Formats: sequence, structure tokens, C-alpha cells
Amino acid sequence: MKKVQLLKLAHARSGDKGDTANVGVIALKPEFYEIIKEQLTEEKVKSHFGKNVKGKVERFEMPNLGALNFLLHNALGGGGTLTLKHDAQGKVVSANILRMEIDVPDEIAKTL
Amino acid sequence: MKKFIRIASGQGYWGDRFDAPIDQVREGDVDYLVMDYLAEVTMSIMQKQKMRDPSVGYAKDFVPLMETLLPLLVEKNVTLITNAGGVNPVACMLAIREIAERKGFTGLKIAAVYGDDILNQLDSLISSGNNLKNMETGDDLSTVRKQVSSANVYFGARPVVEALEQGAQVIVTGRVTDTGISLAPMVHEFGWKWDDWDKLATGVIGGHINECGAQGSGGNFFAGWKDVPNMERIGFPIVEAYPDGHLVVTKHESLGGLVSEQTIKEQLLYELGNPADYITPDCVADFTSIQLKEEAPNRVKVFGIKGFPDTPFYKVSISYFDGYTSIGQLTYTWPDALQKAQKADEIIRKRLEYLGLKFDDIYTEFLGYNACGGDTAPPIENPNEVVLHIGVRGHNYKEMNKFSREVIPLVLTGPPTVTGFGGGRPKVREVIAYWPALLRKETVEPKVLTIEVI
Repeated sequence: MKKVQLLKLAHARSGDKGDTANVGVIALKPEFYEIIKEQLTEEKVKSHFGKNVKGKVERFEMPNLGALNFLLHNALGGGGTLTLKHDAQGKVVSANILRMEIDVPDEIAKTL
Repeated sequence: MKKFIRIASGQGYWGDRFDAPIDQVREGDVDYLVMDYLAEVTMSIMQKQKMRDPSVGYAKDFVPLMETLLPLLVEKNVTLITNAGGVNPVACMLAIREIAERKGFTGLKIAAVYGDDILNQLDSLISSGNNLKNMETGDDLSTVRKQVSSANVYFGARPVVEALEQGAQVIVTGRVTDTGISLAPMVHEFGWKWDDWDKLATGVIGGHINECGAQGSGGNFFAGWKDVPNMERIGFPIVEAYPDGHLVVTKHESLGGLVSEQTIKEQLLYELGNPADYITPDCVADFTSIQLKEEAPNRVKVFGIKGFPDTPFYKVSISYFDGYTSIGQLTYTWPDALQKAQKADEIIRKRLEYLGLKFDDIYTEFLGYNACGGDTAPPIENPNEVVLHIGVRGHNYKEMNKFSREVIPLVLTGPPTVTGFGGGRPKVREVIAYWPALLRKETVEPKVLTIEVI
């Protein structure tokens, strides 16, 4: 196993629903999906975001798209028009999740 | 029956690229053009305008756009569906009729879809037992009733289909869902039944792909933004719908942009909750059933979609006044840019304390350092410049203004090498907060009015 930044295995898009940010993490190749699914647990994602996410993290699997959808609750400083954050609508949470370091089997890590 | 219909996205939100809808009609064949104008805050602004002048309350710049767009729609026999009607779809319809009459488009039918605006019915709804509880907090609407500035039910495709059946070529609606305006033409053209859940869900997903404009066709595209051609004239998505219930997403060849499995996947995941339970007024769509296949460059087939019965409720979007925010920014440069910005933050906070000002929230971020990444951003050594971003939220307008006076003085009274204060004092803005609620469908009836240009 080798530590690899998620950016090498996935792309992402994020948005908001009130004070909840959603972030979709999409495998760049179909064979990466299982690795991402195993590594990106709700606990690990919650811990990666630290104080950015005050509520719970929920994960939904979408094997049909090779994707995971995460809901990060209480993550936008009140959300909508209430928030004082520069990223009021969670637009760049996509980049933030791709900074995660995950364990990747050596034979796949070699190809990245 | 047509073999397929082409539904073009012309606008992802009010303020999107102005010439996109014109390009969508001019640069190739499409049957329908759909344009989304509404957000929660928009409804509140429009409601205020309507209170001052009963003849307004719709997306104002939609009318001048129609001076150019309407002749193209007529020439190419394209039907337009848009929620630009805001809180006054009938007035918007009349404004479009004025253009159509002047240009001599005799026989053109224009429709307004309304009945979604329940602001004037709120008290009778509450007194008859509809608490309009906040879906997130569970509180009754009565707790903020006096501050409410708009209240609209989200209608689905049904009233739009009714307008299409009456022969309307231009349909302006109030709060119809972004997905409903793309689904409606499919139901109308193919005679899909209102309980054919899989097909309805397919139309809803077509709507989700169209609803954010170019975000489905190469805009804001994480995986490959460097390779998206001609973003200065990016082609917005076109959803080709087939009667058997599958779609092909494409774009005009002559325009820029990119339609690939990756661009569609990113858009499908945008603002998504539980993917198996995507609730709309028309059906519940299951995003975990969607299959994608790139048939050719810029042609992605979308198929295999499952849907489920709609719920007994409409979602209601209510906006209400909830105090003020004010955000100030100051730019500090090398050397020690971060330390200077941190010192300035400390000074402002001490000033607020010294002046006895209290706020509901006070919040600081450092742009260029960690504002966007927060705890996920690794520290950086000696950045070239850092922007202090400090904001407060409160309900006392006078105190908010006092905060606003405390930022700019830092230029002469605080740490050195500071700039970027050209905008002057930070603005104090009203907070129009959003109150999501549910209402049983039988409580409100959508209305359709179609008129013919003579």
C-alpha cells in the first residue's frame, strides 16, 4: 500500500443545500471506485475536514457512476444568506476533499 | 409523434451569460428552450418590487432579451419555457405580448403559469392548521411570520404541460421547479402518463442536467477544464429526449464546451442529497439507476432510469428577514502578510469590545491562506499577500453600521503594507433567510392563462 492524494484518483463537484454542503467524488477510472469506496469512510472524511464540518458526515454510494456523494452537515457557517464565509455556497469543498491522502495498492499507485 | 425532441438550456440562473439563449436557438435545431431565473432570494426581491409597483415583480432583463430572442423563436418555431415570471407571471406575459404585437406576431400564444404565490394566503393556511414547519429546524412558521417577505409553492411540470396543450409558444411561470420546465415538453410531445414513473424520472434527470446551464457542458469542470474548447462561447447543454424514455445530452457543434461522461457525472452530483430519493413535485427519481454511455464526441446517452410515485406534498420556499451581515476586507502584503492580517483582526475585535458592540456572530478568514480550505489547507510559509476577511451578523442596524466604520481606519492605525480598501466601508446587507416547508398538494391549485396575440 502507498499513500496517494485522492486528486490522482478522482474528480469532484460540490454545492450547498442550506447549511449542508454536498460533495460528489467521482472515480477517474472505473477500477478506482472500489478503492475510493473502501478508503473514504464517513469517519475519515469527517476527520479530514476537522472544524470545517460541525455536524455529521453522510455518505451515499453510486456505483452506477463510480461515485460517492457526501453530505457535510453544518459546514457552511449557517448557509445561504446567513453565512459570513467567503465560500458561502460550498463551491470549493470539491477541491478540499481531493487533498485527502488514501491507501492505494502498489500496482495501482505505480500507474498514477 | 416526433422521433425525438431537443430541449436546450438557455440560462442556469439570473445573471448567466446573456447571449447563451440566443446562440442556442440560432446555432442549430432545437424544439424547446428552457431558462431558469429563480432563486430563493430572487423571489423576495421581486415581492418587494411588486409591493411598490403592482406591474413588476418578474425578471426585468428577460423582457429586453425577448426583443432579440422572440423573433428567433418565431422564425425557427421554438417554444420557450421560463420561470422568469417570478412573483408576477401575468404581468411578465403582458410585457411579452406588447413586444409580440409591436413586431406583428399575430396568432402567437403566450401563457402564464401562476398560483404558486401563497404570500397572501399564509395567515388563512396557518389558521386552518398548516403550520408550515421548517423542514430543517421543525419550528412553526408563526415564529417568524411578521418577517416573511415571500412564500411560493414549487409546482412541477403539470401546469406547464397544460399551457403547452393550449398551444402556447412562450410560457412564463412563477416558481416552477428547474426540472419541471424540461420534463414538461417530453410529457406533452410523447403523451407520457403521470404514473409512468420511470419516464417521468428520466425527464427530471434531463432537467437536472439542463438546469445549471454550461455546468453540464464543460463549465466549472474539475476533471478537464484545461481541455474545454472555446469557453468564451461555451455551448449550453441540449437534452435530446426519446419517447421510449432515454436521453442523449449534446450541444451545438459550432459552439465551445464539452459534453462527456465526466461533465455529465459532475453535473448529476451537483446539489444532490440522497441520490436514491430525489424528490420533485412530479415523481421521485433514483440517481443510482442512471446509466451513461458516450455514443460519439459530445453525445452522451442517459438511460436505465428508475422513478417512483410523487409525494402528497409540494415544497414551499419562504423567505424572511433575519437581521444583517457586513463583511470587510483588507489586503496585507509581504513581509509577514499573515501576521499583519492576524494583528489587524485582533485590533478590530478589541475595538468592537471597547465600543461595547455585540453581534450574533463574528467570523474571520484569511484569503490567500486558508479561507477556502479551512482545516484542510496546509500551512504556507510567508505568502506574498493575504486578505483579511472579517464579518459580523446581527439584528441591530445601528451597531452593524458601527462595525462598518471600524475596518477602513486600520489603513492608518494598524499594521503596515495594507491596501485594497478602494471599495470604502463594508456594506451592511439585509439577511433574507430561507424557510423550507411542505404543504399538501390539494391545498393549492396551479393556474394557467393563455392569450393570443391579435
